[in-house]
Amino acid sequence: MVNTLFPLTVTGATARRSGRDLIGPIDLHLSGAPCTMVIGPNGSGKTTLLRLLSGAARLGAGQINWASDADYLRAAQAFVFQRPVMLRRTVLQNLCYPLQLRGVSRVQARRRAEEWAAKVGLTDLLDRPAPALSGGEQQKLALARALITNPKVLFLDEPCAALDGRAMREVEAILQAAKTAGTRLIMSTHDMGQARRLADEVLFLLHGKLHEHTPAAEFFAAPQTPQAAAFLNGDIVE
Amino acid sequence: MDDLWHGLAQAFWLVVRFDPALVEIAARSLQVTLSALFFACLIAMPLAAFLAVRRFRYRRTVIAVLNALMGLPPVVVGLIVYVFLSRAGPFGVLGLLFTPTAMIIAQVIIIVPLIASIAHQSLRELWHHYHDLLISMNVTQFQKVTTLLWDARRALLTAALAGFGRAIGEVGAIMIVGGNIDHATRVLTTAIALETGKGEFAFALALGFILIALAILVNLSIHWVGKTEREGQW
Ligand SMILES: Nc1ncnc2c1ncn2[C@@H]1O[C@H](COP(=O)(O)OP(=O)(O)OP(=O)(O)O)[C@@H](O)[C@H]1O
Ligand SMILES: [Mg+2]
Repeated sequence: MVNTLFPLTVTGATARRSGRDLIGPIDLHLSGAPCTMVIGPNGSGKTTLLRLLSGAARLGAGQINWASDADYLRAAQAFVFQRPVMLRRTVLQNLCYPLQLRGVSRVQARRRAEEWAAKVGLTDLLDRPAPALSGGEQQKLALARALITNPKVLFLDEPCAALDGRAMREVEAILQAAKTAGTRLIMSTHDMGQARRLADEVLFLLHGKLHEHTPAAEFFAAPQTPQAAAFLNGDIVE
Repeated sequence: MDDLWHGLAQAFWLVVRFDPALVEIAARSLQVTLSALFFACLIAMPLAAFLAVRRFRYRRTVIAVLNALMGLPPVVVGLIVYVFLSRAGPFGVLGLLFTPTAMIIAQVIIIVPLIASIAHQSLRELWHHYHDLLISMNVTQFQKVTTLLWDARRALLTAALAGFGRAIGEVGAIMIVGGNIDHATRVLTTAIALETGKGEFAFALALGFILIALAILVNLSIHWVGKTEREGQW
């Protein structure tokens, strides 16, 4: 499957909020590695960068250029947020919602929703109100709801933060499958094990600046900057 | 105190006897108020949702004006509607003055700001919660509005009930535009005003108790409908 969104070129991009630059300026060229992993300490700007790239956060300065036009990007992307957003509906209705927006018939939508519920292990909870799910269940639901439309690019902001070991394995298997099926993943994580397992390239952020952009194998073997090395060692990064 | 007991007793007998005059007046009260509520919701709910999701230049001003209009004096509304509908007014040819339609129009004007303000509060909160998700799902403006209205429906019910409460107890405006004409525009509140003026306190009180009972009954039944809804857990 051809992914026409990439390459993505970011030049001098900043995210401003009440007159202050949260991150940037950031220069970046993503040629479309299957999984781009954004890592960095708390508050380094991972969430902000993902939001900026997806178009959810307003661009303060600079440019973000996808290979396709903005309309196509908006229709072909999905986002899994650090704090899952549950529609005040049942699990089933949450899964059907993005399909209904696209005009998929009720029967079709229901069938696919049931498929995806099975994949993330929520089959027994289909009729429960989504806001009443546990944190981990909500993350799984958010992931299924994002993938159900077969997005070309999927932004994931720490999608496994609330998951136990087994659920994390299952989610990673789903993400691997999505990768293979041609969905580009741009995700952040605090779990270096997960980063090693999934990443093809790594973006290392610190204090809102992009410090490193390296292929994953290289990054984990020998990071280029002392800050990244310290971060990987679990030391305090200055 | 005696009047109170007399009123209660009389109310009881009026209801038990199914007094035809009473039934007529109470039915008209309900008919006018529920019609007004229906049209007011039709205007106020989409307006509230629109104000919640749309950023435009004078949005804050519009919201502030709406909030201020919640305290609109009904008599003034009645007066203005009267002027518009009177023979010499711009809509005089329609011959609506002193009809239930005129009363409905006045009540709609009175409760739209109230319903819209309360609905806007909860819709804005919900929109804040949904914002990132719906934006990432690339929803159209129309889909945004319908999603919010549907998912906030319980809060919207509360807004509608507030509107109902204000409308059913309203007397100033409908007295002016309706004229309290027997068998035509007399409703519970205007009848109470009339009987009180005549010194018939017990009968006025009886009507008052029935008005209160009616309001409670409608509230309870709507709450009951909301409760029995299977997804009513949030
Ligand atoms: N809406 C906002 N208003 C003001 N400051 C913000 C806002 N959102 C984020 N920030 C600030 O921007 C910086 C980057 O935040 P961001 O959420 O991107 O970090 P993060 O790398 O995702 O952190 P974490 O690992 O804790 O999720 C932080 O200092 C944060 O306080
Ligand atoms: Mg974050």
